[in-house]
Amino acid sequence: MNHFPHGWGRPRDDIYGPYDHTYLSHSQSSGPNQHTQQPAVTGTSVLAAKFKDGVVIAADNLASYGSLARFTDVKRLHKFGEHAILGIGGDVSDMQYISRILNELDIDENYGSTGNTLNAKNLHTYLSKVMYARRTKINPLWNAILVAGLDGVGRPFLSSVDLLGTTFSSPTLATGYGSYLAQPLLRKLAETEDEVANVTREKAEKAVREALKVLFYRDARSLDRFSIAVVTKQGIELMEDEQLEGQSWAFADRIKGYGTQVN
Amino acid sequence: MAFIHPSSLLPSSNPSYSFREGIKSSAPGIQEHRFSPYADNGGSTLGIAGKDFTIIAGDTRQSSGYSINTRYAPKVFRIGGDDDSGTGAKIILAVTGFAADGNALKERLDSMVKMYKYQHGKDISVKACAQRLATILYSKRFFPYYTQAILGGIDEEGVGALYSYDYVGSYEREQCRAVGAAASLIMPFLDNQVNLKNQYVPGSGVGHDLKAKAAEPLEQSHVEQLVRDAFSGAVERHIEVGDGLQMLIATKDGIREIYTPLKRD
Amino acid sequence: MFRNNYDNDSVTFSPQGRIFQVEYAQEALKQGSVVVGIVSKTHAVLAAVKRNAEDLSSYQKKIVGIDTHLGVAIAGLSSDGRVLLNFMKQQSLSSRLTYGRAIPIERIVSLIGDRAQTNTQHYGKRPYGVGLLVCGVDESGPHLFEFTPSGMTQEMLACAIGGRSQMARTYLERHLDVFAGCSREELIKHALQALKESLSQDKDLTVENTSIGIVGWGGPDGAKGQPFKLFDGSEVAPLLAASGEGETAQDEMDVDT
Repeated sequence: MNHFPHGWGRPRDDIYGPYDHTYLSHSQSSGPNQHTQQPAVTGTSVLAAKFKDGVVIAADNLASYGSLARFTDVKRLHKFGEHAILGIGGDVSDMQYISRILNELDIDENYGSTGNTLNAKNLHTYLSKVMYARRTKINPLWNAILVAGLDGVGRPFLSSVDLLGTTFSSPTLATGYGSYLAQPLLRKLAETEDEVANVTREKAEKAVREALKVLFYRDARSLDRFSIAVVTKQGIELMEDEQLEGQSWAFADRIKGYGTQVN
Repeated sequence: MAFIHPSSLLPSSNPSYSFREGIKSSAPGIQEHRFSPYADNGGSTLGIAGKDFTIIAGDTRQSSGYSINTRYAPKVFRIGGDDDSGTGAKIILAVTGFAADGNALKERLDSMVKMYKYQHGKDISVKACAQRLATILYSKRFFPYYTQAILGGIDEEGVGALYSYDYVGSYEREQCRAVGAAASLIMPFLDNQVNLKNQYVPGSGVGHDLKAKAAEPLEQSHVEQLVRDAFSGAVERHIEVGDGLQMLIATKDGIREIYTPLKRD
Repeated sequence: MFRNNYDNDSVTFSPQGRIFQVEYAQEALKQGSVVVGIVSKTHAVLAAVKRNAEDLSSYQKKIVGIDTHLGVAIAGLSSDGRVLLNFMKQQSLSSRLTYGRAIPIERIVSLIGDRAQTNTQHYGKRPYGVGLLVCGVDESGPHLFEFTPSGMTQEMLACAIGGRSQMARTYLERHLDVFAGCSREELIKHALQALKESLSQDKDLTVENTSIGIVGWGGPDGAKGQPFKLFDGSEVAPLLAASGEGETAQDEMDVDT
């Protein structure tokens, strides 16, 4: 019998087992307050490549819940203004939050007489501050983001920011699994900023679509339906319901784990 | 998603009297992933002060683990320029470690130097800027900027000045300093080549009678070559160093930049 | 002594619908010396006459560079002006920090406008006793804005505020048509001429009392223009000389050097 006063009136451990503290939300339990410590519903890689007149960016339409393909028609590319678009991987609810604050920013900007003059570079700077501020509060937005478009003088712009607020820019970029699988393939397009001048839109778009296919073969959290956008001086061309073409699964026959072989 | 350890559902022999004493969600054996606000983005920087110049250099690779994020992400910055291109700046800051913190630190120091100019109508001295950087770093003593900084410029006597810092703001003025991933590779080289450590006057004696060579101010072109050699050596031996070398040279005429490619493997 | 019963605070309307404290504040800027601003299609220029409170004192600053694309001229209580200028400096720095963008002129003007307006609607507060001419360039071109203690702001093609500014305004109105096509030098000339119009008989423009600020637009493609440059002291001499203020200016130059 539990004779300690703080045990009175509680279910007896010897009958019901000890109280399962995991049912308590973190903030009520002892210890420090905790914010998001891991993502829930997630999007996988985002890919992008610069070419001489603009940028191509793509992401598939899947939102996964762990290993479950939970939502298969989620658009992860978001337009901002006339010449900027961002692709978001990672937590989908955080993605929707980011999309919302950017929409608010766009509305605020349009109150001015000259409209939204924020270009892709400005947008990336702003997003990097948002992401860094949230990580500093130990309450990160669990995303990896690529911002594509044109900078202040009309040159192609491509840069990334992640949940820590780390930023970097490169002729081609890929987040998540894509940074291992797709980025090495995309780098064949243009190794340096100077080589971007030799890349045509067709070449860039083809390379990105091929890289998406490779990801579909090997990334279990990916999908064959995807969105792809091309930003040039003419504006943003966004295609949101594309299908991977020319797949070849011949290699799968010989690999254990691809479905047909049980042991 | 919090994982429930099966053992926490079973009647336990341990008394469990209060919430505080209860089994925590991370039972031994299960490692719950926890958010870390820091990362290490690799890279190396170094600075050498001469008699009327200061060179601060850094490689341009930014990495996460074994992945190269980009081959061109500057770690060496102009502080207090008139605009974002940094024209008119006189002070150089280099940061290694966590790139996001490095950028935040750079921007904080930069806007502080700009406010100084606005309020006082003159450029801040390197000495004052160095002290201010220390207080900025120390102001985050209990949630530090995960960056090792070096700061350089020309002091009020026209002599090359170089300051190096730890994460929380202790700092000192030095002749030369290597910092970052390949610091342990480069620093001994600088000790030997800049401060002439372990160099003796030939034929000056045997054993304790050997006379150490006295360090003398080096020519700028000589220092530039030392920097290049230091980095091409580091590139061979450290995976996080490579791609490009950015050198910023502060003289009385302002800051000049030299970029040279490094091995990309 | 009292003009009426409705001027003890800035929150009470008079029966005629006026707020006297705000109107008195507008008078305060007439205590200051004159400042002139003009824009062309490519440049925006500010010119001001500085005054010294007494012979023994230095001249009060009239034009201040806020950012590389933006400068302000002050008429009225310069201590009130400094508060607004510090605020503008902070806002323009923070725009560069958060967006990497030079703050659009219209945006920063509306920020100080809003700030000044709140002073006219809270009991115990006092309107700023200062008028500003804000000139700068942004993506849409060069701009000139007028700001008054009421919090009113408006874009101008040319403007003069401060004591005895009516004569300068008359000059600007008379030459309004030519400003748009003016070159940098012509614009400075007009600004100095307008300044001169409003000087009293016994005064002249000299290197000591004249300030000029100029900023140039880079064009619609985002190219860099000429950053805001403040000409003060001996730097004004060539500009004065070029606009026919040569004699006095040159003499003083010789004495200086």
